Amino acid sequence: MTTAPVVSAANGTVAIRSENLCRHYRMGETLIRAVDGVSLEVRAGEFVALLGSSGSGKSSVLNLIAGLDRPTSGSVVVQDRDLAKLSREELAKYRLHVVGMVFQSFNLIASMTLAENVELPLRFAEVDRSKRDDQAREALERVGLRERMHHRPSELSGGEQQRAALARALINRPKLLLADEPTGNLDSHTGTEIMDMVREFNQKLGMTVVMVTHERALAERYAQRMIFLADGKLIDDHLNNLPGGQS
Amino acid sequence: MKIPDLAELALRNLRESMLRNSLTTIGISVGVASLVAMLSLGIGLQQLASRRLVKSGLFDTVVVTSRRDLRGMGREEERSGPIAGESRVLDEPARQEIERLPNVIEAYPDIRFITELRYDDKPHLTMISALPDSAKSNDAFDGMQGSFFSADTAPEVILQKTFAEELLGKTPSRGLDETKVADLAGPLLGKELTMRYAQRAPSVAQPAPPRADAANSADSSLAGAAYSVLSREQKLKIVGIADLDPESMRGPTRARVFLPLKLAEELHVMQPGDLREISRAASDQPVYSSVSVRVKNPTQVQGTEDALKKMGFTTFSLLDASQSLRTFFRVLDLFLLIFGSLALAVASIGIVNTLVMAILERRREIGIMKAIGASDGDVKKLFFAEAGAMGILGGIAGVVLGWGIGRIINLGTNFYLRRESLPPDNFWAVPWWLVALAIGFSFLVSLISGLYPAGRAAKLDPVQALRYE
Repeated sequence: MTTAPVVSAANGTVAIRSENLCRHYRMGETLIRAVDGVSLEVRAGEFVALLGSSGSGKSSVLNLIAGLDRPTSGSVVVQDRDLAKLSREELAKYRLHVVGMVFQSFNLIASMTLAENVELPLRFAEVDRSKRDDQAREALERVGLRERMHHRPSELSGGEQQRAALARALINRPKLLLADEPTGNLDSHTGTEIMDMVREFNQKLGMTVVMVTHERALAERYAQRMIFLADGKLIDDHLNNLPGGQS
Repeated sequence: MKIPDLAELALRNLRESMLRNSLTTIGISVGVASLVAMLSLGIGLQQLASRRLVKSGLFDTVVVTSRRDLRGMGREEERSGPIAGESRVLDEPARQEIERLPNVIEAYPDIRFITELRYDDKPHLTMISALPDSAKSNDAFDGMQGSFFSADTAPEVILQKTFAEELLGKTPSRGLDETKVADLAGPLLGKELTMRYAQRAPSVAQPAPPRADAANSADSSLAGAAYSVLSREQKLKIVGIADLDPESMRGPTRARVFLPLKLAEELHVMQPGDLREISRAASDQPVYSSVSVRVKNPTQVQGTEDALKKMGFTTFSLLDASQSLRTFFRVLDLFLLIFGSLALAVASIGIVNTLVMAILERRREIGIMKAIGASDGDVKKLFFAEAGAMGILGGIAGVVLGWGIGRIINLGTNFYLRRESLPPDNFWAVPWWLVALAIGFSFLVSLISGLYPAGRAAKLDPVQALRYE
């Protein structure tokens, strides 16, 4: 709406662009404006933190970018795809190939081993079994869980589960990593471990990262840019001077 | 998702809620079992009935007569009618042609005549009929004493029980039936009979001897086909005594003494139809008043009859009777199918219930799968696969169960029959097509049951589903 993106698109290819993005829904008689006219741009390779208190609409924005939800009005364009115009089928393909997601509660499937969880997206992508095994092993190797690949999630610590979730998010080599409070269920030490990994993917694999968090300290430590939301509106958007001077 | 992956995931999901899915699958298997048990009994009874009928030779036989023979019966106006042109002489070439028709096993002339048999110097007048070698397998000879003809030309006879009784001077008492065939066999088997008969001998230039029934036949004086009648005798050995009447279909003209067919042919016995047919014979080939045609299977009777009619003959079979029998079994099978299906219908509601429960339980899992890239189709297929897997597993278990139930019913029935001194038989049959049908049907019903839950699962909103704890 009024708040224009701070970062100009001229500095790199635009990975995500939203214009006047709205997501409203009814709850009984009242209309809830979860996202209310958000316009923003994220460059490819950026590490952005979406901040705000609970109910500020940050998770809703993330869901819209992830293609899990559709905007009521406005548009969100990711990697040249106008998500509002995609069919359900195309949206599923988009989630499968373009986006990797991690959640606060890990969201691994309890009845499957780590290896099976990690390779699940490859099943949806109809990748051959032999290739799947290799890729799953490789992804688990990257997050240091190779030895535990035949364990079930319940046999692992929270940190290990989130690492497995990261491996799953990486398996289809997406351009975009979306993280919804990835450290919310972890102690600070394990949280740091996970965030270090996310940063590594951002820097080494060139993934664009959008992370939802309510911990400002965490955002300041890892994100190159911080976007603040309140009541579904974008209220602040500024670059972060990272301690390592990476900005 | 690829089919092996789907199947693997579906089976894994079924294992996860073992108890519930097992119960549902047992429900399906009971449904399938009732279906299989019902149908296997229906089929078994039908097979039993048609086995008996085929053996009796009633339903696979077509009796062929020359059209004119049956229609005309010596009446002038009929003979000169327009149809007369189409009619054909039933002679040896015609018989061979009939035998070459598809599905025809054999076509043999019906030789039957009334003559006098002497036993113990007492004359007995009776109808004699010739039997082909294939009649050996006829049901009527099941309880026969002695043996069937040693050869197709052997001078031997098989007696029907009532005639055997007559020979021994026993009057068959109506109420007090059941002289045992074995009692008759002792004094009669191996004994000789003398048959006196009229032989038809070709004699050139001699007119046919005048006989009452042929005198008014306009054609009988045709030259070149005349013959003389000689009185002959033939000694015959009694080799068998049959309880049942192998020609029960003949009704009033049934024979009580049977000769081997070839022997009868060689004897050239004068037959009632000879005088009428002889005039129409184009050559010196033997002419038959009627020919019995056996087909491979009762179902082929209709086609064979049509072919024979096209050839210009009149046919007769008991097809109509067998058709109404088949209709009866169709209806019986239908009823059994409907009752069997009811149980399966109940089971299918179980599937719907189980899968709807599974959706509630696995809401979050569905949300996760969608979040990481599963399409609506993937989710739908997964639930379909689970329903289908329950259907196939239930179907297989049901076939085994139904097979067992059918078997037990069969054993129980036979146990009862044996106690009632009736011969045991097989009332129950599970043909392969029934196995395939039952499993296929169960699979289909399960898929249909999965339709609604799968659609519901596919439509789940991933954001809502992920929020669900």
